[in-house]
Amino acid sequence: MNIKINGENREIEKEITITELLVLEKVKMPETVSVQVNDEFIDQDSYENTKIKDGDDINFLYFMGGGA
Amino acid sequence: MIKIPKSVYKELEEHSLESNPIEACGYLAGEVGEVKYAIKMTNVDNSPEHFSFDPKEQFEAFKKVQKEGLRLIGVYHSHPSTPSRPSKEDIKLAYDASMSYIIISLCEEKPVINSFKIVDGIVTKEDMEVCDG
Repeated sequence: MNIKINGENREIEKEITITELLVLEKVKMPETVSVQVNDEFIDQDSYENTKIKDGDDINFLYFMGGGA
Repeated sequence: MIKIPKSVYKELEEHSLESNPIEACGYLAGEVGEVKYAIKMTNVDNSPEHFSFDPKEQFEAFKKVQKEGLRLIGVYHSHPSTPSRPSKEDIKLAYDASMSYIIISLCEEKPVINSFKIVDGIVTKEDMEVCDG
């Protein structure tokens, strides 16, 4: 299955969920990233149930914030 | 080491002063270790003590720089009344170890800008070279 992650083409062997994808991408805490699949935001509660499909374009970005 | 054009350095100062007393924030686009330009972001917290990016704006910035063959290499924000070093909250929320974290302090007579890498809660000051451009 061919997908795109943050602009890079990747090949994965089996169907995986967004949670599993984030683990593969070494994201330690999935709740710290926002995810878009084919330009649509995915609700964090759905990461475990949303399966990646062939041809999907997945982007994830870390939450950015802080304090003084 | 991070290289930053003088024009961008000045822009960070100006953005911070314009936003004061609210924290200014934004991304820095470029190539590894070399800033090309700054992207102002909305501080959705609209606070003098906190900042958060709007995820929708984050993805817009990400896709823009990607189209240009660049990357998001840094995040900047101002500290209106505290020094140019990461606060406890900055360290706690520094999830992206690939970023340079640039802090503009307005608590002295002139803005003070420093860059840091923050990896697993460990803060390291990063050398910054202000270059022509």
